[in-house]
Amino acid sequence: MDFTEEQIHRYSRHILLQDVGVEGQEKISKGKVLIAGAGGLGAPVAFYLAAAGVGTIGVIDGDTVDLSNLQRQIIHFTQDVDKPKVLSTKEKINLLNPDVNVITYHTLLTSENALEIIKDYDFIVDGTDNFPAKFLINDACVIGGKPFSHGGILRFDGQTLTHVPGSACYRCLFHSPPPPNAVPTCSQAGVLGAIAGMLGTIQATEALKYLTGVGELLTNRLLAFNAKTMTFRTIKTKRSDKCPVCGSHPAITELIDYEQAVCDISNRIKGRPNM
Amino acid sequence: MATITVNGDKQEIKTPVTITELIALNNIAQPDMVSVQLNEEFVNREDYKTIELNDGDEIDFLYFMGGGCR
Repeated sequence: MDFTEEQIHRYSRHILLQDVGVEGQEKISKGKVLIAGAGGLGAPVAFYLAAAGVGTIGVIDGDTVDLSNLQRQIIHFTQDVDKPKVLSTKEKINLLNPDVNVITYHTLLTSENALEIIKDYDFIVDGTDNFPAKFLINDACVIGGKPFSHGGILRFDGQTLTHVPGSACYRCLFHSPPPPNAVPTCSQAGVLGAIAGMLGTIQATEALKYLTGVGELLTNRLLAFNAKTMTFRTIKTKRSDKCPVCGSHPAITELIDYEQAVCDISNRIKGRPNM
Repeated sequence: MATITVNGDKQEIKTPVTITELIALNNIAQPDMVSVQLNEEFVNREDYKTIELNDGDEIDFLYFMGGGCR
């Protein structure tokens, strides 16, 4: 890949990094990353990956922008209310960096489409807002052999881990989703908007580390932080042999759509306000 | 007495103590929802009542965080 003068100028602060250089920037520019969920986490991820010049960014989200999203979903502006989130995201990415090829999927990730969608990407970032989607992404990436970054936020807390084939997956730590409504979501319990930025930028960093091969990924570790005390903790973990999806005798060999997703969709169809 | 590490902090506890008892001692919110790791390994929920902790054990309580967020 030959960079133009303008691209060398644009990416000069990456190229200056000894660990990245022109070679690393080439890897970023050839990289393909899928962002699942163009919300609180997906927004900063999209901005930083776009700024970094990731060659192809896929964005999947079935929602439209709501006024209550703007407190943290910084890629969407006031003028975007009611616009599909994937469209709003694509517009901002291309304003920031026209080099990026953006592929949008204005739909929900399901057991039907997940493997087909992720197969074209090098790395997947989970920025979804519900457990069915988080377990679906985990299972799809494990079954499809794809690396991904898991992220979750609530109130003043965040946690994230990176999975690559062979390392601990989300299910190694959390075997199955909690029952619907047992654990509050951000739309029920609230979240400090800036937390989404703290966690999303960690996920974007992991994606860039994966593409460039720089450093050590957040594998076999769960990073958890609390912003009230501003304490970060890394919990060591390992692949569980008994894991239902990545263990030696997996019970899960095909993707599952958990019920909560269905309830959620039917609520949306009924016209419940999108919190 | 035994010294164990709970979520990164050392605790002196009277033994014998099971995981279920430790959850109660630590006033864990929503104990049914917590995921437990003992010495870096996942513990099945049905074993919380029977597994007793030993001196030097490291235990982590992990919570579901589902936000992304809408």
